[in-house]
Amino acid sequence: MRAMRPLLAFGYEFLVGDDWTIAVGVVLALALTTALTVAGIPAWWLLPLAILGTLALSLGRAIRRSR
Amino acid sequence: MTAAALLVATVFLACAVEAIEALTIVLAMGTTRGWRSTLYGVAGGLAVLAAVVAVLGPTLTVIPLGAVRLVVGGLLLVFGLQWLRKAILRASGFTALHDEAAIYDRQVHAARAATGSGGWLFVTDRYAFTLAFKGVLLEGLEVVFIVITLGTNMGSIALAVLGAALAVLVVTVIGVAVRAPLARVPENTMKFAVGVMLTSFGIFWGAEGAGVHWPGEDAALLGVLAYVLGVAGMAVGVLRRIHRKHGAAEPAGGG
Repeated sequence: MRAMRPLLAFGYEFLVGDDWTIAVGVVLALALTTALTVAGIPAWWLLPLAILGTLALSLGRAIRRSR
Repeated sequence: MTAAALLVATVFLACAVEAIEALTIVLAMGTTRGWRSTLYGVAGGLAVLAAVVAVLGPTLTVIPLGAVRLVVGGLLLVFGLQWLRKAILRASGFTALHDEAAIYDRQVHAARAATGSGGWLFVTDRYAFTLAFKGVLLEGLEVVFIVITLGTNMGSIALAVLGAALAVLVVTVIGVAVRAPLARVPENTMKFAVGVMLTSFGIFWGAEGAGVHWPGEDAALLGVLAYVLGVAGMAVGVLRRIHRKHGAAEPAGGG
């Protein structure tokens, strides 16, 4: 298990990076888009809006941290 | 044709940015510790990256396209937004710009200070080999994922590999010619462009993987691209104003 720790840390850093809200925002947005599509509701507009929100949230967090 | 050109341009720019960063490490090792072990390290790193492409590339092509697009779209979105976030924070002054010359100086200083590094097999300097190997592998891994994901979705991994190989060739030729870190390359602008393109591809394919039908079919990709570019440009403008207004503290170091 101890040997796996650096590999897991690398995987986390590689996929999640500096801000976990981006990865979470992307997963939630894709899940919601899939759910709407399955329900027969046109959802092409959702991902662009969700990405705007996720980027704004992540930038806001970075700015607050820099102060 | 437009999509293929976008694919090659995205991979070329992404790979060029990472190759410039890897070149800084390789130059620092080569000039201070000698080229033999450094070049073995570069070759080792490139061999591992090529193996990842050779194994993962064909694997992805046997998975149904819808599932691939959902996963790949998600990955591209995560990578793209990370690149974009970093580029926006740098462009607006909240984070320091990436300074290759300063990084080179730090690497040279550390390489000179490191002593007592033995060797194994044909590698005479383990320190130079390891640093060059890690530099090439870590900087290249994200590009490998970009090559595989974009290439699979466009149905041409070969085209994506071509874009990456061209970028490595151009950066290597310039690096050998100037024998110094490429400090004057507009790295943040390149990072910004890659972030915009990866995010756009991610939105387009991620939504298609989720079952969405875009109005205008494939032409919608250009609309998405314009939208992401507009959002990112607006973010830089707004953050620059905030930075000027509040006179933020010294920019934090950028990675």
